[in-house]
Amino acid sequence: MTENNPMTKQQEQAPVAADATRVIRPAVDIFEDDTGITLQADMPGVTKERLDVRVEKETLSIAGDLKIDMPEGVEPVYADIRSHRYQRSFSLSRELATDQIEATLHNGVLILRIPLRKELQPCKIEVRVE
Amino acid sequence: MFTGMNDIDGDLLEQFRHLEREMDSLYGPGLTPAALRATAGRGFPAINVGATADQIDIYLFAPGIDPKAVEISIQQNVLMVSGERRVITETGADYYRKERYDGPFRRVLTLPDGVNPDKVEARYREGVLHITIGRLETAKPRRIEVK
Repeated sequence: MTENNPMTKQQEQAPVAADATRVIRPAVDIFEDDTGITLQADMPGVTKERLDVRVEKETLSIAGDLKIDMPEGVEPVYADIRSHRYQRSFSLSRELATDQIEATLHNGVLILRIPLRKELQPCKIEVRVE
Repeated sequence: MFTGMNDIDGDLLEQFRHLEREMDSLYGPGLTPAALRATAGRGFPAINVGATADQIDIYLFAPGIDPKAVEISIQQNVLMVSGERRVITETGADYYRKERYDGPFRRVLTLPDGVNPDKVEARYREGVLHITIGRLETAKPRRIEVK
């Protein structure tokens, strides 16, 4: 992990005020290959409709609302998860094509694919033998 | 500079959590079924439990697992859920973060008295495994009319 790599410098967003709603920081895997960066985030209980992925300037934010089916009149007995809001953000570097991010959500796992700008992707140069 | 510092802290915390999970998977919490309120460990998956007069609802936050490979058993009021989550590691890619749980898991809960082990349902949706266990008729709270 080198310091100048994109997305390694993270801005963890803590709740703004002391009484702000507590948020869950989803666990993520982030890796880079020749064509771009892939981010996988665990966000169980979030549907497509309640998911919010956005890029503002150089910040990528992922957020979502967790909702589970609960019977009426249920009383909480035990809870590892004490919030209904997932949120985490990352800073992006300029070589990423942030307008071409692809997002998929399956079984509570969000996968974001952030390609490198085309001109920065390594291209293979064919050597012609005359 | 500050974001860099936070980053290191975050990593360290994550490492502790990981260690905790490893310890959990090695030594229990299966060996010492704890009381419901004292469910050992903050391992994977996270659990929430709710109760109504008719049933107990258990939610396991287990994204990206194969629900068919999950084993759920109830023995003497002890519920055990085990399975495995496989995170595919891309070969030839540089990892900057690897926080998601990868490997076998097991969580054990002591249920309150009066549950009906024959009335169990489990559903997996959006990465949440929802188990409902009915209560025995005899264990349901009864309203006593005052004449």
